[in-house]
Amino acid sequence: MAKQFLVVAEARGGKLRQVSFEALRAAQLSSSDGDTLAAVLIGAGSKVLAGELAAYGADTIYVVEDAQLESYNSEAYLSALLAVIAVAGPNALYFGHTAVGRDLAPLAAASLAAGQISDVTAIERSGDNVQFTRPLYAGKAVEKKAFTDPAAPWVVTVRPNNIAPAAPDASRQAQLIDVAYPAPSLRSIIREVVKKTSGAIDLAEAKIVVSGGRGVRSAEGFQPLEELAAVLGGAVGASRAACDAGYCEYAMQIGQTGKVVTPEIYIACGISGAIQHLAGMSSSRVIIAINKDAEAPIFKVADYGIVGDLFEVVPLLTEEFRKLLA
Amino acid sequence: MDIFVLLKQTFDTEEKIVLQGGVVQEDGAKFVINPYDEYAVEQAIQLRDEHGGKVTLVSVGWERTAEALRTALAMGADEAVLISDERILGDEYEIAEILAHYLREQSIDLLLGGNFSVDNGAGQVAIRLASLLGLPHVASITKLDISGSTAVVHRDAEGDIEVIEVPLPALFTAQQGLNEPRYPSLPGIMKAKKKPFQHLSLDDIPGADAIIAKTARTSLTLPPERKAGRILKGDLASQVAELVQSLRNESKVI
Repeated sequence: MAKQFLVVAEARGGKLRQVSFEALRAAQLSSSDGDTLAAVLIGAGSKVLAGELAAYGADTIYVVEDAQLESYNSEAYLSALLAVIAVAGPNALYFGHTAVGRDLAPLAAASLAAGQISDVTAIERSGDNVQFTRPLYAGKAVEKKAFTDPAAPWVVTVRPNNIAPAAPDASRQAQLIDVAYPAPSLRSIIREVVKKTSGAIDLAEAKIVVSGGRGVRSAEGFQPLEELAAVLGGAVGASRAACDAGYCEYAMQIGQTGKVVTPEIYIACGISGAIQHLAGMSSSRVIIAINKDAEAPIFKVADYGIVGDLFEVVPLLTEEFRKLLA
Repeated sequence: MDIFVLLKQTFDTEEKIVLQGGVVQEDGAKFVINPYDEYAVEQAIQLRDEHGGKVTLVSVGWERTAEALRTALAMGADEAVLISDERILGDEYEIAEILAHYLREQSIDLLLGGNFSVDNGAGQVAIRLASLLGLPHVASITKLDISGSTAVVHRDAEGDIEVIEVPLPALFTAQQGLNEPRYPSLPGIMKAKKKPFQHLSLDDIPGADAIIAKTARTSLTLPPERKAGRILKGDLASQVAELVQSLRNESKVI
């Protein structure tokens, strides 16, 4: 029986997030001939993004627009999503494993009494059998999971940076369907949003991560790392040691008790390489370690190692990249 | 105030994972309270001390989870409930439903849990539970203040901070930075032994034995091991130049 896959697209700063294209591809990889691929846009003024979703493979795009949906609120977004589900009747929902996806997917799964497989990094299909790969222990082990009932609704969240999106085709057209927002009476109210850094790239989605450990020695010690990240268009992360020492916020922590990242390039500066940190970054494509201590365990997983003081090496590196990318 | 804390016992994050016959070897491994749940326990104790009431720990897990519950009781929680049954497969749908069946019968003002567990990392159970119990929730909080029947929380939303007001009863999940969990004191450990501790099986929770998992693991493996690469040589400037060239020409990532 043909199935409908519904991808919950996510925009940030008026642009679709890369992980939404990856989720579309994940849904495609899960589907068989005759299945259909739809996407949903929830937000204020999000309809303009529909064309791009069509280019990446969506056949139908459901749009829920309302001023109340300008920023994420669990109850408002769930209500909008359930309205789309009532119209579309999808067999499977796919989300990015982002702050929004991590919150909204389990709510939707509970509402549908559905199983959910979270934080998926790869998908294999043979016939009706679809296997989902996901990390355990922040990547110290890997499991494959499947839904026990292929007919029951599926909910999946897709980890950013792991499933390559389809090549976009700008000539593809999709059917646009407006769905009215049911406007629930909201119990939780967002009083204020304190934006940290404007335009900063989210760690989980960054292609390049420059990370600092105890070796940065102070909050100011992150400055050269930030300059390097800015030149590369990357994000800045940290080890638990740097966070515990108060050099930075826990939101930046990479490791088993923090974020797990899978960038193209991971640059570890003054990080010794404790097992709980390695768990969070060792799936990165290329790892570069800069550390004064030639015996630091980080060198055992690094593709390239520079033994030296990060305060000398990082500015040189920033200069070299600046020349190359000029 | 009736505060419930969802607690899971996990492998210590410093543990190496060893597989034998497709399962994780647990011999000699150290188990801890899931670090995120520990923040939830600490917050619950602080709120109980400030507003009065009772902190009840609830866990679905193996019998050994009792150790983690005893530790949380020694930190200062009042009571513990362990739902343990060999029929439970560990699917998040199933665990959330079992917890919902139990918690629907309790009087709850506040429900706290961790942001996710450091072993399975799915981050579903607590949020599913909010939905099943019809409670408003905020995930990933770094600050929680309660006055009267209203909570004001700070939510970590990928670096931005959202300040959210929620009426109680409500569910919150703890993010790092919420507090500094205390260590159990010796008197705390002594007192913990006498605190109420309920062991339940699925047969003790009406309807729970009919819940069937919706997902199943088909394989478990270790990730491919990374090989140590190249330590660059020469003066720093030439090392840096070589690195940048290698990233462009060998690894082709720039």
